[in-house]
Amino acid sequence: MENPVKVDPINSLNDFVIKFANVNGTGSASANQMFAKSIFRMGIPISPKNIFPSNIQGLPTWFEVRVNNKGYLGSRGGVDIAVAMNPQTYSQDVKEISEGGYLLYDSTWKRNFNRDDITILEIPLTQLCVDSFTNAKQRALFKNIAYVGALSPLLEIEYEVLEKLISEQFVNKPALIEPNIKALNIGRDYVLKNLPYPIGINVKREDKLKDKILVSGNDACGLGAVYGGATFCSWYPITPSTSVAEGFEKYASKYRVDSQTGKNNYISVQAEDELAAVGMAIGANWNGARGFTATSGPGISLMSEFLGLAYFAEVPLVLFNIQRGGPSTGMPTRTQQSDILSCAYASHGDTKHVLLFPEDPQECFEFSAEAFNLAERLQTPVFVISDLDIGMNDWVTDKFEWDDEQKYDRGKVLKAEDLDQMDNFGRYLDVDDDGICYRTYPGTHPEKGAFFTRGTSHDEYARYTENGDINEQTLTRLVKKFRTASELVPDPIINLSEKPGSSGVIFYGSTSAAMYEAKDILNENNIEVDLMRIRSFPFNLDVWEFIENHDLIYVIEQNRDSQMRTLIMAEGGISAEKLRSLVWFNGDPIQAKFIAKKIYERESQQALIT
Amino acid sequence: MSYFKPINKHPNLEKNKLGLTRRDYEGGVSTLCAGCGHDSISACIIEACFRLNIEAYKVAKLSGIGCSSKAPAYFLNASHGFNSVHGRMPSIATGANCANEDLLYLGVSGDGDSASIGIGQFIHAIRRQVNMVYFVENNGTYGLTKGQFSATNDLESKNKYGEDNLFPPIDLTSMAIQMGASYVARSFSGDRDQLVPLIMGAIQHKGFALLDIISPCVTFNNHDSSTKSYDYIRNHNEAMGKTDFVPLGEEIKTNYDEGSSVEVKLHDGSRLSLEKTDHNFDPTDAGNSLELIRKKNKEGKIITGLLYVDNKCKPLTEIMDLPDKPLNTLEQEELCPGSEVLEEINKGLS
Ligand SMILES: Cc1ncc(C[n+]2csc(CCOP(=O)(O)OP(=O)(O)O)c2C)c(N)n1
Ligand code: SF4
Ligand SMILES: [Mg+2]
Repeated sequence: MENPVKVDPINSLNDFVIKFANVNGTGSASANQMFAKSIFRMGIPISPKNIFPSNIQGLPTWFEVRVNNKGYLGSRGGVDIAVAMNPQTYSQDVKEISEGGYLLYDSTWKRNFNRDDITILEIPLTQLCVDSFTNAKQRALFKNIAYVGALSPLLEIEYEVLEKLISEQFVNKPALIEPNIKALNIGRDYVLKNLPYPIGINVKREDKLKDKILVSGNDACGLGAVYGGATFCSWYPITPSTSVAEGFEKYASKYRVDSQTGKNNYISVQAEDELAAVGMAIGANWNGARGFTATSGPGISLMSEFLGLAYFAEVPLVLFNIQRGGPSTGMPTRTQQSDILSCAYASHGDTKHVLLFPEDPQECFEFSAEAFNLAERLQTPVFVISDLDIGMNDWVTDKFEWDDEQKYDRGKVLKAEDLDQMDNFGRYLDVDDDGICYRTYPGTHPEKGAFFTRGTSHDEYARYTENGDINEQTLTRLVKKFRTASELVPDPIINLSEKPGSSGVIFYGSTSAAMYEAKDILNENNIEVDLMRIRSFPFNLDVWEFIENHDLIYVIEQNRDSQMRTLIMAEGGISAEKLRSLVWFNGDPIQAKFIAKKIYERESQQALIT
Repeated sequence: MSYFKPINKHPNLEKNKLGLTRRDYEGGVSTLCAGCGHDSISACIIEACFRLNIEAYKVAKLSGIGCSSKAPAYFLNASHGFNSVHGRMPSIATGANCANEDLLYLGVSGDGDSASIGIGQFIHAIRRQVNMVYFVENNGTYGLTKGQFSATNDLESKNKYGEDNLFPPIDLTSMAIQMGASYVARSFSGDRDQLVPLIMGAIQHKGFALLDIISPCVTFNNHDSSTKSYDYIRNHNEAMGKTDFVPLGEEIKTNYDEGSSVEVKLHDGSRLSLEKTDHNFDPTDAGNSLELIRKKNKEGKIITGLLYVDNKCKPLTEIMDLPDKPLNTLEQEELCPGSEVLEEINKGLS
């Protein structure tokens, strides 16, 4: 092959970024996923990311996989190999390739890309598929499988792994196995006969992924809701949250069916809008079923009135907010952490909500299940706040665990027997002095325990009152309840360096992956930092202690206004100078290099060369 | 403020089959204006529940926001109530209904609540056939916010200050029939004899039952130029034939002439016997009902009575094929697949 490269080609084992450029709706997604999974199956950590515009068919879409044997799962930036399947975006895709990188493209239509510093791999994919398949749909579809087949000898992906993935994928449609394998071979054989292989970038089996799984955050949230005992789901479609409800339905339809009657022990209702979605979930919870809704920023705005009602009337509710780029419709298919404040204080009046911030799918599962315990224990809305990056991308994550001994915490609910023993039931009586009162489900007892739930001011017996003192007492008790909440929500994860007097770093959610890598970069450059990953709101004493113990803290977030920093300042009276805001909000997942660079520059007063 | 107590306080209060008196179905003291139609409706709800031997604790009273939506506090004290947010009661009802279909759901709303801010939820609850009785206490005005026009106010009906209403009304009954409501009646808060059996029928009906009840607002919409005043309704009410509610196992006592009555069997076996004023009218034919409503509207008459009933409809919980055991009673053993299954799921993801 004629391709005089003027720069030494990249040589790298188990550490590179490959980016696939495709046309939306051409069936590339499953081929790309198969590629990613094959490397995962070879025991090498990967982090795949979908980069897709807000449309369904015909426009560009990308799939990027970072392969990294150290297990860094954050976005790295840069592209070492591009598989360019979309002529519309050739110029952009080719420009992105690092010096010494590689370009694989469909050479059925030859191109001159004007780059003499990269290796160009020409494979006439369309022609090969036209020659081998008669059906037009198959010809188009199998191009994708063919390039995966070609990558096998080029990168030294174990061919058997790919074959096995295909047979697994089509276990229920065995007729499709043969043509898929054929397509795989078309790509592979072409490389074996026509191109020098392997190239400088390779994969080699490792044993790094014992007890790891590959799953998306939204799938994990849906599964967590099944394990957490949710029986009611109401939702309105919105990217990137839709797959939470879909995940719930997928797992519930398999694992939540009554073995005798064959009926579903759950219901999922696609509501007419987010107002109805949250209203239905509140209605179900009021009636004693564990119910949830899933949405994204615009949905939170619509749900706000109801969230105030659930807060003030003290009705449990679990709400998933899979954040996307805002404001307004914003960047609906990009990621951000920009709903922190709108969730923390959602609704009019003095409202505050319990928030959970999972960092990856494993925590999505755990927090999703736990959110139902918290919501019922605290009788208030609990938000699981994830984002598009965690939610819609597959992550290498610890396998899910469940302790069969652990019982659901259904909170303070009085049964008929309890009511029989009581003369004085008051729905909003703070009997235990923790701000949490006892509730009853409708239909519990013929004479006792009925009450009137309302969003208007009410006394301890749920009676309407306009007495300002009583309303002040209610609002003050809710603050007490919030304090109780701070003792129940997940603790922050604190990781102190060896060096006393180091600066602190606060981060949360999907920033984790990049942060762990940034810490290593900083350490290599002799900068030590103490890390605190916030996992929930309200903040508990550990959070305040960490802040107290540091003179300078970087707060790293994926939003413009440093919303978590604002929340910390507002809730703890922390001075602005102490908390240095470090923000990234372009809609792409945050990168370690960015974090390391910014912290290094401030800490050492010089630039970081990486 | 009125302390409107419509029922007899005689010590020898009549008892129903549960040994309960009407007093046992009462609620708190009403804070609505003296003479407000909404209070009369509450009294009819009490009467209907008393006569049907309803166990009040098995009832959930739901409402939105408005004078009308306050009403659930004034009947059935032994029931749980949920006074939610403006126009959003239907979604609360939908969720609650799915969690436990064994309760009787009485939703109380106003014309502002249902025909304006909440019209979307109203329509979708109908469309989903939520099993509930949905009362619209329709006064053509926003009572609680002091007399603004509502979307059910007739075009020619001026407000208290003589201002013209510029937009035509939404007819909730015909809209509900078109959306698939399976029991649709219109009545008048002042016509207790008509309203009580209609409520009883609605309670026994399985599916979405709409009762659009003209309920005059004495404070803001009872003037001479209003078409929702007591006087106007009395003069223009065209009541369909008498409706009798016949409980399961009882004989029909009323004797109408041959062909002049029609009987509708309800889900529990009880029946509604309707006297026919128009021999061609068939309340199970939606086209027929819509035509009748349209015709009477055009004539400037307010047609009241049972307008439409579909006694074969499937309520939401049946459409969704929910288990017989209410979702809110399922225990962890039935809900949580457990660690072994999770291990399998893990395998599938590795
Ligand atoms: C979101 C919201 N907007 C406005 C209001 C103010 N508001 C309270 S009741 C009401 C109208 C009620 O009218 P209707 O439902 O007809 O009840 P009525 O008082 O006439 O019985 C309005 C606009 C509110 N409570 N909430
Ligand atoms: S303002 Fe009108 S609707 Fe409200 S209580 Fe008074 S009479 Fe009834
Ligand atoms: Mg009104």
